[in-house]
Amino acid sequence: MTARGSSESRAVAIAVVSTFVVLAAIVVVVTQSPGWDEFKAYFLNWGYYSDSFEEIARAFLVNVKIFLVVEAIVLVTALLMAILRSLPGPVFFPIRALAVVYVDFFRGVPTILVILMLGQGIPALQLSWLPTDQIFWASVALVLVYTAYVSEVYRAGIESVHPSQEAAARSLGLTRTQALRHVVVPQAVRRVIPPLLNDFIGLQKDTALVSVLGIVEVLRQTQIDQAATFNGTYYLVAATLFVLITIPLARFTDWLVARDRRRQQAGRLA
Amino acid sequence: MSTTPALELEGVHKSFGKLEVLRGIDLTLAEHEVVCLIGASGSGKSTLLRCVNVLEPIDAGRIVVAGEEVTGRGVDVNRIRREIGIVFQSYNLFPHMSVLENVTLAPRKARGLSRSVANGEAETLLARFGLADKRDEYPDRLSGGQQQRVAIVRALAMQPSLLLLDEITSALDPELVAEVLDVIRELATGGMTMLIATHEMSFARDVAHRVCFLDAGQILEEGPPEAIFGSPREERTQQFLQRIVAAGRM
Repeated sequence: MTARGSSESRAVAIAVVSTFVVLAAIVVVVTQSPGWDEFKAYFLNWGYYSDSFEEIARAFLVNVKIFLVVEAIVLVTALLMAILRSLPGPVFFPIRALAVVYVDFFRGVPTILVILMLGQGIPALQLSWLPTDQIFWASVALVLVYTAYVSEVYRAGIESVHPSQEAAARSLGLTRTQALRHVVVPQAVRRVIPPLLNDFIGLQKDTALVSVLGIVEVLRQTQIDQAATFNGTYYLVAATLFVLITIPLARFTDWLVARDRRRQQAGRLA
Repeated sequence: MSTTPALELEGVHKSFGKLEVLRGIDLTLAEHEVVCLIGASGSGKSTLLRCVNVLEPIDAGRIVVAGEEVTGRGVDVNRIRREIGIVFQSYNLFPHMSVLENVTLAPRKARGLSRSVANGEAETLLARFGLADKRDEYPDRLSGGQQQRVAIVRALAMQPSLLLLDEITSALDPELVAEVLDVIRELATGGMTMLIATHEMSFARDVAHRVCFLDAGQILEEGPPEAIFGSPREERTQQFLQRIVAAGRM
């Protein structure tokens, strides 16, 4: 007990000291740099920070709306895509092939290009019955790209469920669809929640890309403010807002992983 | 007296690639009959059971369950499977469901029972096999013997006319084998028609009306247990049983 206690407190002491040394080194290097005073005036202006926070936060709500809607849709579309790609047998070959082409394409093209192509291309068609709202098409672009990413996550989960589970379900007289719905997919989804949330953190950051269409969301608002004052502190405001959203989600993901591991161990001990 | 056999196999062939696993199986089970399949690993016992349940398609021959050919074209395999229960060596319980949910899933979805009726039936079955207090547990909290008994109850909840048991005690610790075999003895006494692949020779002698010795995908010898275990005719059967005795399994 005492040996273990002292080695633990030693480890903590070492961590604290080394963290302090590293931080001190960074502070010294940065503050002693030749351009430090200009840097401070350009990026770390507290007046601009506090004055602009509310306005930029309001613009950030556009990003929040986009990712909440896109996430809800992607949860469903990606699962459908993964199921289409897992259909067995030669009859479904065309469907599987189309799903593969879709995933390859939208994972392969940079997200910003998909946003530009949809956001500028579709309104250019001048089809009156199509929506012309830029936020709508930017969201569609994000749905297309993230459906491709997240469907691969789901597919890994579906393939990780042992075939004997489906055999057991089918042997009881359940149809293929029932076996998928009640036995395979629930187990698959449970296993992929951490990597799925990881992709959603990426999606939340990628909402800043819709600014290329001129939508006044957080990045665009920041650029407008920067152009008006020639001060870069606004970037720090935007970064703060993103981090406020993504860090809790990252910790939540870690907590889910740890909880699952604890549960499995508890199960094995019983 | 019923004349339709519970199960008929005629010239059943099955290959995996170039490997011929079943090479012309003929076998008939009368209603209420208990037949044990014995034989070395790889002799085709498990494959035979999986073919009867249409989990594996067969290459040639016929399988007829209660007068209905299951290997024909356009047969609703889901309906056939509701009539045939199968229990696997590795239990294959659904780990994300409680015991009660494991047992009631198929009755609710495949037999169309309401949740309350399915729960009632499941609780009766669980109580009959000493599992009433486990209804809300998850499979990974149960011992192997308890899990296998739940798997048997899950199959019985579909009220099958035929039960297939695929080496259901092979994955169990020795001290847990008896509780599972007791369940099967009780089912045999109750008149359940069963086709059982097993390595438990004393159990086979005890419970089976007929024993079939499988060797290299064929039924080499069959007869009442006294005959097969007491005075086997075929040399391969004698060798197999001698190895079992030498291994202390009989």
